[in-house]
Amino acid sequence: MVSRRDFLKITGTAAGTAALTAVGAEASAPHPKLDPDRFGVLTDTTLCIGCRRCEWACAEQNGLPHGDLESYGDISVFEKMRRPDAESYTVVNRYSPPTGTEQPLDVKVQCLHCEHPACVSACIVGALEKSPMGPVIYDPWKCIGCRYCMIACPFQIPAYEYANPLTPMVMKCTMCSERTLEEGRPPACVEMCPPEALVFGRRSELLELAHRRIVENPDRYHPEVIGEHIAGGTSWLMITDRPATEIDIPDLPNESPAVITETIQHGIFKGFTGPLMLFGILSILMKSSSDKRKEKEDEND
Amino acid sequence: MTDSMQHDSAAPAHHKALPLAGNSAVPFFTPGVIVIAILAAAGVATLIARLFLGLGAITNFNDQYPWGIWIGIDVASGVALAAGGFTMAFIAHVMNNEKYHVLVRPALLTAAIGYTFVGLGVCIDLGRYYNIWHVMMPSMWQGNSALFEVGMCVMIYLTVLYIEFLPIVCERFIGRVNLPGVLSKMNGFLDGLLRILDKTLARVMTFFIIAGVVLSCAHQSSLGTLMAIAPSKLYPLWHTPVLPLLFLLSAFAVGLAMAIFESVLASRSFKRPIEMDVLSPLARMIPLLLVVYFAAKVIDLVNRDAWQLLFQANFRALMFWIEIGVGVILPTFLFLSHRLRRSPVWLFSAAAMVVFGVVLNRFNVFVTGYTPPYSEGQYFPAWTEIMLTVGMISLIVLLYRIWVFIFPVLPAEEEVEHA
Repeated sequence: MVSRRDFLKITGTAAGTAALTAVGAEASAPHPKLDPDRFGVLTDTTLCIGCRRCEWACAEQNGLPHGDLESYGDISVFEKMRRPDAESYTVVNRYSPPTGTEQPLDVKVQCLHCEHPACVSACIVGALEKSPMGPVIYDPWKCIGCRYCMIACPFQIPAYEYANPLTPMVMKCTMCSERTLEEGRPPACVEMCPPEALVFGRRSELLELAHRRIVENPDRYHPEVIGEHIAGGTSWLMITDRPATEIDIPDLPNESPAVITETIQHGIFKGFTGPLMLFGILSILMKSSSDKRKEKEDEND
Repeated sequence: MTDSMQHDSAAPAHHKALPLAGNSAVPFFTPGVIVIAILAAAGVATLIARLFLGLGAITNFNDQYPWGIWIGIDVASGVALAAGGFTMAFIAHVMNNEKYHVLVRPALLTAAIGYTFVGLGVCIDLGRYYNIWHVMMPSMWQGNSALFEVGMCVMIYLTVLYIEFLPIVCERFIGRVNLPGVLSKMNGFLDGLLRILDKTLARVMTFFIIAGVVLSCAHQSSLGTLMAIAPSKLYPLWHTPVLPLLFLLSAFAVGLAMAIFESVLASRSFKRPIEMDVLSPLARMIPLLLVVYFAAKVIDLVNRDAWQLLFQANFRALMFWIEIGVGVILPTFLFLSHRLRRSPVWLFSAAAMVVFGVVLNRFNVFVTGYTPPYSEGQYFPAWTEIMLTVGMISLIVLLYRIWVFIFPVLPAEEEVEHA
């Protein structure tokens, strides 16, 4: 049974390639060229008062449906945990007060603008892009609506306009890129925040600020800057009074999930070596089997 | 090199294939076919509703579960089940296994129709389906995306499949071009064109056959890479960096199983003897492929220390056991038995199990295994989603029937009897 043996050969080659790439996944993949002075935002959840004015400012800035500012004083929304959706890029959730205090912990949720974003890596047409200056930006004109970015995002952030039959968009925080990148102004939510729980600035400086606050107030903060390392790091940073998982941040490794697929992709398709090799092997197999059959036929004749 | 092809593209000396129309007593319409036609029509109606009303009105997709059965079944399982095209091309053409040539054309037709519907299935699922051409624009190419690789490969492979099918079209019409009225003056010219096309194809077909196998290996595996990007969302029984390898290995096995499955079905439907002399030896190769796939799965589970999850009493563990037990272990033993391989009923059952197992695997990887961190209840498909999927599968069956009636795909009946 020639076919059996040769099936094994091919399988072996494929297995070898895959095994190699799996090993290679340990190595880090190339990062997009990030500017050392790129922007970020720092959320200090211990300063947040749950006024939800950031939600209003965001909706106003981005043309999303919203009521007047007063309507955002309604705190009954805190009864359940909310997620950003197709009509809101950001929401604030309320958690129980830390032991021994009365003041609840309020946590703003929005896109964290990963340093090595899985959504950008997944996007089939480059409709999502990581600006070297920080924001992850969406171009609806390129988008084909496959929603693979939603599968890829480990923070489950991108939402989709399912109700729009013809021109649905992926909806997520833009870090107000038109303000931050073109005018150097802070995002709408940051500008609005009364207790200055949100700070806009260079990511490197925000990291320093965050660590300084933790060191100076060890009782107030859990000693971790969320976003410094998680999933390869994020442009949006957070400090809070408890471990990240207790404010519903998923427990993720310090490597972007995009590293896995990018390593596999580049391992197999770099310079088309894999496919070309397979093409060569198959051509040789076909030639030799054809010759063998001819010999047989000649013998029979 | 082209020598091997001429048996198939030009007048096949050993295996003559004939269109069923005019060569078979079986009528096109039977009660079963009418039911399938009704289901297909319902599917097309749902498709039109989806185009005008949007995804939200027709599906249960939401921000937690952006993909549903259209990706899990229509696309991912569709690609896997069309693997008969490249596996049979490998065995019959690359390895020059004369005996299996009778199975190549049916497998090729299944692959061509199957992949056409994979493309259609993708478009149905896209929010902005009219932008699908963006994937072909170099300015928007995104080499990091596994989906880009799958998309490109499927588009090119679909073209290759159509090219591989062209010799069958030539064979059907060479010497039979018979246009009515004024157009009849064109007959001689068209016939000449077809002959030139046929000769050219025969010369270059080797390239396309090998390219088809390479493209298939590439996208069958990349389809697995897709979900590798979601390590925290795909249940650990299924998420592994070797997903592409597992997808490729299972595609090998299911390609052969599908060739058997559809051959038996076609024989029954068209009231022809089942080609046991070809199918039984083909079935002999399947256990080996299944064992390799099974071994890779076990090694991976042990390696990642995920095997304990198999013994937790939950829905996902159960799905995994069914996938492996019914889809891999059981058919391996059935196919190993010489006696059962010679029995049409057992042969068909075992092949059907492999097909079921691979469909369930793709379904588990894309649907049941998907566990988003902020979930408000499990996704369950809307009846309209199911209707569209059932409708598209019915349409595939219907198109297969139309094609084998018009084109010489199935072997001439006398030969089956004499073989």
